[in-house]
Amino acid sequence: MAAIAQASAVRAASHNGMVAATVVMASLLAIAPFVGFYPVFLMKALCFALFACAFNLLLGFGGLLSFGHAMFLGTAGYVCAYTAKQFGLTPELAILAGTAASAALGVVVGALAIRRQGIYFAMITLAIAQMMYFFYVQAPFTHGEDGIQGVPRGHLFGLIDLGEPLAMYYTVVVVFVAAFALILRIIHSPFGQVLKAIRENEPRTVSLGYDADRYKLLAFVLSATLSGLAGALKAIVFQLASLTDVYWTMSGEVVLMTLLGGMGTIFGPVIGAFVFISLETYLARFGEWFTIITGAIFVVCVLAFRRGIVGELAAWWSARRR
Amino acid sequence: MQALFGQLLIGLINGAFYAMLSLGLAVIFGLLNIINFAHGALYMMGAFCAWFLLNHGIGGVALGYWPSLVIAPIAVGIFGVIIERTMLARLYKLDHLYGLLLTFGLALVIQGLFRNEFGSSGMPYQIPEVLAGGVNLGFMFLPIYRAWVIVASLLICLGTWFVIERTKLGSYLRAATENPALVQAFGVNVPRMITLTFGFGVGLAALAGVMAAPIYQVNPLMGADLIIVVFAIVVIGGMGSILGAILTGFGLGIIEGLTKYFYPEASSTVIFVIMVIVLLVRPAGLFGKER
Repeated sequence: MAAIAQASAVRAASHNGMVAATVVMASLLAIAPFVGFYPVFLMKALCFALFACAFNLLLGFGGLLSFGHAMFLGTAGYVCAYTAKQFGLTPELAILAGTAASAALGVVVGALAIRRQGIYFAMITLAIAQMMYFFYVQAPFTHGEDGIQGVPRGHLFGLIDLGEPLAMYYTVVVVFVAAFALILRIIHSPFGQVLKAIRENEPRTVSLGYDADRYKLLAFVLSATLSGLAGALKAIVFQLASLTDVYWTMSGEVVLMTLLGGMGTIFGPVIGAFVFISLETYLARFGEWFTIITGAIFVVCVLAFRRGIVGELAAWWSARRR
Repeated sequence: MQALFGQLLIGLINGAFYAMLSLGLAVIFGLLNIINFAHGALYMMGAFCAWFLLNHGIGGVALGYWPSLVIAPIAVGIFGVIIERTMLARLYKLDHLYGLLLTFGLALVIQGLFRNEFGSSGMPYQIPEVLAGGVNLGFMFLPIYRAWVIVASLLICLGTWFVIERTKLGSYLRAATENPALVQAFGVNVPRMITLTFGFGVGLAALAGVMAAPIYQVNPLMGADLIIVVFAIVVIGGMGSILGAILTGFGLGIIEGLTKYFYPEASSTVIFVIMVIVLLVRPAGLFGKER
């Protein structure tokens, strides 16, 4: 993808700079509830930011557009909510169970989907996600339209009561920052470099002796696992797992967050998720207009704004320095 | 037995729509290299166009089913041409995924606008009088309208196949699919051909929408879930051949109908399961070639 290549060329900032920026982001998140931000809003935005970062790992760095990522968010949510509610697992174990379920699903779906490329890859992931959606509609344990409600937040490690809003908030922040740091590490690792090489020119990477399919599958599974982490965390925060999280609109939303923030950039998906969730919060009362505006943003991003917010800023910054 | 034939008939009807929609997708993909996510929304627009013509008409004259069959595809086709000229044409030099993203956004906008205007409940559309009623075949009752849909869509699909595979115009089209630069060098106006092809594919979706209006309710979201099934069908068939798209469409409709009879729980997922199996056995699709 030309725009991504450009963006990553522009994004010449060093690894150290990124680590510093991550520390700044973590500190901002730590003080955010005390400067007037509503913790529930922040937690929602952080869950989606993690989801978008996981998605961006696959699209921005692997060049694979999955149109079915909601299945990982939703599956982890359901498993986490079910194990927490029915088996009384502590939140950290329920989240682990949900994440593991998404990882397993990621292995199966990834192995199937990487058999085709480009547009077919998108259609296959979308179709499999729709199949999972129908499965969850019919499976009795999901309670269909109602979803799994009243999931207990429980006590983290049996000690910290997550019913306290701030305890829950800081748990989310810690999980998010840890996962974000992991993604940063993955991107800058030799694995991440090979992944980018595959994105730019797969045949050449293969000719250098790399097994492209193995790298793509691993990237897919990592992305699915981290998406699952986001979904499981979200189920604990909102004490709810519902069909919304597995429906195709959710898969579309995560694409939009990534596109809007800047795909192939490190912080783009986080910015995209915060902007999107703010829009959703403020436009909720306008009903159908939210969908229309979402669609319009898609169109504008694709036509005129392909680098996204962070990508455009980075381009502007490097043009100014030259 | 009655129920089995009933489900088979429903399967054939669904198959007729799958075939028409996947045919349009395949024709568009062949030339534009774009997967049109808005195809379902345009199908819905076709149905609404027919509904509007019947209930409001043009200049106070209500227009029924038959004029709608002509007017709706042309109107929606023109809409498609405008989209192609103003938006899609800017994306041809970019990665194909951008076309998918753009049309996804368009689908959201179109469906959102219609829902905002008409709500999400369906609106009925009367079967035209000539085609009302049915005949008793002895082993089952066959509503005439449904028989008409199957026959008409078969004719439309085969007609499209004939035009693309057997006429001069079709040969230009196939040549442009292979190598647009060379065809343009021979003096064919390829950009105009691309525009008209997109208009044609979109018109086909709208035509399917008009034919669907009396069977399903006219509803802003009638194409939203359908398009995902059609995507799976396109993956199963592979987009290499026109005849393949038609056969896969009808075939999977019938399989879905049979599943509804023998194992109803799986009827909504069977097509996706088949897609998974096909991917394992023949990744390029039943009629596709790896490219």
